Amino acid sequence: MGIEILGLPMMYYIAMLAKVLVAFVFVLLTVAYATYAERKIIGHMQVRLGPMRTGWHGLLQPIADGVKLFFKEEIIPSQASTFAFLIAPLIALIPAFITFAVIPFGGTIEIMGYKIPMQVAAYYDTTAGQVFDVNVGVLYILAMSSLGVYGIVLAGWASNSKYSLMGGLRASAQMISYELSAGLSIIAVFMLSGTLSLTKIVELQSGMGGFEWYVFKQPLAAFMFFICALAEINRTPFDLPEAETELVSGFCTEYSSMKYAMFFMAEYANMVTVCALTTTLFLGGWNGPFAVAVPLLGPVYFVAKVYFLMFFCMWIRATVPRYRYDQLMHLGWKVFLPLALVNIVVTGIIGYFI
Amino acid sequence: METLFFAIVSLVAIISAILVITCKNPINSALSLIMTFFCLATYYVMLDAPFMAAVQVMVYAGAIMVLIVFTIMLLNIRVNATQKHSHRILLGSIIGFFTLINTIVLLVKSQAAKPVGPFTGDMIRNIGHSELIGREMFTTFLLPFEITSILLLVAIVGSVILAKKNI
Repeated sequence: MGIEILGLPMMYYIAMLAKVLVAFVFVLLTVAYATYAERKIIGHMQVRLGPMRTGWHGLLQPIADGVKLFFKEEIIPSQASTFAFLIAPLIALIPAFITFAVIPFGGTIEIMGYKIPMQVAAYYDTTAGQVFDVNVGVLYILAMSSLGVYGIVLAGWASNSKYSLMGGLRASAQMISYELSAGLSIIAVFMLSGTLSLTKIVELQSGMGGFEWYVFKQPLAAFMFFICALAEINRTPFDLPEAETELVSGFCTEYSSMKYAMFFMAEYANMVTVCALTTTLFLGGWNGPFAVAVPLLGPVYFVAKVYFLMFFCMWIRATVPRYRYDQLMHLGWKVFLPLALVNIVVTGIIGYFI
Repeated sequence: METLFFAIVSLVAIISAILVITCKNPINSALSLIMTFFCLATYYVMLDAPFMAAVQVMVYAGAIMVLIVFTIMLLNIRVNATQKHSHRILLGSIIGFFTLINTIVLLVKSQAAKPVGPFTGDMIRNIGHSELIGREMFTTFLLPFEITSILLLVAIVGSVILAKKNI
């Protein structure tokens, strides 16, 4: 226990390593099985069976898909800008994964007198006896999501193909527009919480038996944030950048094998992150009945809420048709942006009088 | 630990800054510039200014660089077409040299390394960086803030007039 490495206790390194592994494996497994779940859920909604052949009810389908993509031939177009072409999938994938670092997935557990906050980017300072986390967590997430644009823009440009360029341009215009509305809609949450730290935001929602969620106080903000986030990560009904009927497959037309898989992983990882963020900001994070008394219940509630929201995304995909491009821009700039501003003003006025 | 980290970040910052001016392909230069901005954001974190770091990434790496990448993409500049003039290099080196002298003098002579005033490191750590900035911006510096917003409004109106042919 007393061993120190570079001025930090041994438990710090063990806890950090464990948390990084748990969060990373959780996101990876969710990403892999989200593809399976999506095909199954949409299949059943359309009165089909979905994948059935690989394993029991097709449970091994993600592994089979992975192996297939892994062993496919890798093609780099001869007119492509090689460096940008190779690095684009990585730029798309990495922000999608590291965003998860600031999301608290549980309360604080105590092992041998050392408190471990269940959030990757948080630690327990033994000298101060206090848990510290990233105090600008939400800004960090907004910053990382603004970096995700590059992967798609570069992929579209570097492929040197019409469809890819069109897809890339559409995607970047869409992501930049909706980033604004998404950012503005969560400002209303900060006005209630008074902090940018995600841990504190979750703690503030723990009242009323773990049901004092911000979605009840800010229903409009929650709705707008979720829709804008869907648009920002190019999910249906806003998946114009990869509209198969118009653009073949958009920015990833020229990609093959593992690089194509990386784009897909980035898309699903973004979905996990957005659902986790919506859970944290509006659905009380890991809060729920008895979550404070039994710390291990926290992650269970958190995962259940995230999976419910992901199911909701898939449900939307099965029911809502794709938007037209001008409708999409109209919705973003002329509906959501003014609504978000009005929401901020109304929250401010009500907050001043209460 | 912190010094080692600083050294690594500085190495990445310097290498990517050199790549910005040596890359043939403008997109690769832009990517290196993003990397440099990212390293600058890391410095802000190390200086107990997390809000500045997040804003640095959001505004510079996330917004301004997207514009630059857009321009490069739409003009479709594949390989750097500009010719190299020796007098430009000379002018650039003279400006760079004077900037270096300026920075050194600033660091040695002024209080840049050890700032004085009411905002100490402990105070920033206790109250919170973003809260301090917000409070100062909306109380002491309210008038400059409002003037900046009018300036931005003028810029938006101007861009709309330039973009629309018939209003």
